[in-house]
Amino acid sequence: MKKYWSFFRMRFLGGLQYRAAAWAGIATQFAWGFMSLLMYRAFYDADPAAFPMEFPQLATYIWLQQSFLALFNMWRYDDNVFESITTGGVAYELARPIPLYAMWFTSGIASRAASAALRCVPVLAVAFFLPEPFRMHLPSNVGVFLIFAASLIAGTCLTVALQMLVYVSTFYTLSSMGVRIVMMVLSDFLMGQLIPLPFFPESLRRFAELTPFAGMQNLPLQIYCGTVSGSAMTQALALQMFWLGTLVACGALWMRRSLRRVIVQGG
Amino acid sequence: MKNLWKLYGKYFSIHLRSQMEYKTSFLLTTLGQFLVSFSALLTVRFMFLRFYEVDGFTYPEVLLCFAVVLMAFALAECFARGFDTFASMLGNGTFDRILVRPRGTVFQVISMRIELSRLGRVLQAIFVLCIVLPQSGVHWTADKIFTLVLMVAVGVVVFSCLFVVYASICFFTTEGLEFMNIFTDGGREFGMYPFSIYGKEVLRFFTYCVPLALFQYYPLLYLTGRTENRFYMFVPLLGLLFMVPAALLWRVGLKHYKSTGS
Repeated sequence: MKKYWSFFRMRFLGGLQYRAAAWAGIATQFAWGFMSLLMYRAFYDADPAAFPMEFPQLATYIWLQQSFLALFNMWRYDDNVFESITTGGVAYELARPIPLYAMWFTSGIASRAASAALRCVPVLAVAFFLPEPFRMHLPSNVGVFLIFAASLIAGTCLTVALQMLVYVSTFYTLSSMGVRIVMMVLSDFLMGQLIPLPFFPESLRRFAELTPFAGMQNLPLQIYCGTVSGSAMTQALALQMFWLGTLVACGALWMRRSLRRVIVQGG
Repeated sequence: MKNLWKLYGKYFSIHLRSQMEYKTSFLLTTLGQFLVSFSALLTVRFMFLRFYEVDGFTYPEVLLCFAVVLMAFALAECFARGFDTFASMLGNGTFDRILVRPRGTVFQVISMRIELSRLGRVLQAIFVLCIVLPQSGVHWTADKIFTLVLMVAVGVVVFSCLFVVYASICFFTTEGLEFMNIFTDGGREFGMYPFSIYGKEVLRFFTYCVPLALFQYYPLLYLTGRTENRFYMFVPLLGLLFMVPAALLWRVGLKHYKSTGS
């Protein structure tokens, strides 16, 4: 366990170095969040009754989304991993006394956590002091916040577990372009990155909630906003854990199988 | 001038052939571009399943706006991509090679990269236009068709100028400035809806500072018959003025240029 921890720390501290990039990112995310809210505001003004969430809930959702973007976005990959697979550098990694899956997994979590840690504090700090109705709100009680935090961590793990499948598929395809694009479009859509799931048509929303993507960004954020609670929340959390277990097991097994027959190219 | 066009044609054919060498990769990227903008289209659809209108604009009218902005952006990205990836050109010293050649810098940066896979988005825009043109309720007379073409054409110029501004800033920072994304990618994403829905201040900003609304909101008013004033039909032409600050900034940046030395 200790080796994973130090590996995590190494990657996390490495990630914290990119501060100038983080500042530029914060400004962008802030402007982006504000424009989104203005857009939803226009729809809200057109017909408040048709709005599926309360407006303060939506504002909270948007600011959380902008703060924790780095945890869930599926266009962020570790290019070193792809490179090590296509150039054969993976042979060195295999020589290390740590299982490859666990190492790449830890590294993925660490770099996401670092990037989110840098960005979330300033965005949230400002979001709490905006004028109504664009202000970010606190969750209804401490319990909700704790469940939110737990599901945020599980959601991040789920995102990385899904990416691990993409990495392993590269052993077979060598170029992951196609898989990556499809994965990105699907996840952006189904985890509520483009519009929150409550804005989906009823039947599609029910379907989306069953997919692993719903556990990524959608669930923690909706728990915080209070749009998912009670027994629906328990079910969704169970489903999130189920997908996390399944994807990690599949990824680890698949990787073991493909490593058994991997042919390292080049010299 | 004729010489330049001929040279550009040569560059174009080189880019075309080199991208056709990797057909699968090209097709996948094109498909990806198509899918990304298709999911954006779906979100608009979902919003209008719930809401009848936004700021007085109906679904087909918004789609018209969506298609114009998407097409303008995609064409600009396809042909002015060199400016979008300018940071890497500065970083790896390619720009030094450009400076010693006997042609203008702008021309060379443009012809360095032509990203044909971006046409996946153009395809999407055409697809949307085909659906929306008949049902938008617009009576398509010659002047309206002219307005539509003008919107797209000026849109390409304005987005390209934004890429030039972005590249000019790279002269000072070497790194690309992520904040500019809010105008380029953001312009595409938020330009799906007429800029007036974001409120007066935002509309003013996108009229006078970053003139995206000039080829989007104002001519749309004429297109949808909200105004009969012919002035709105020619408003996009004002957007061409954006070329002046973009060119100036490029000049200033060029003077300031120091090679990164690699």
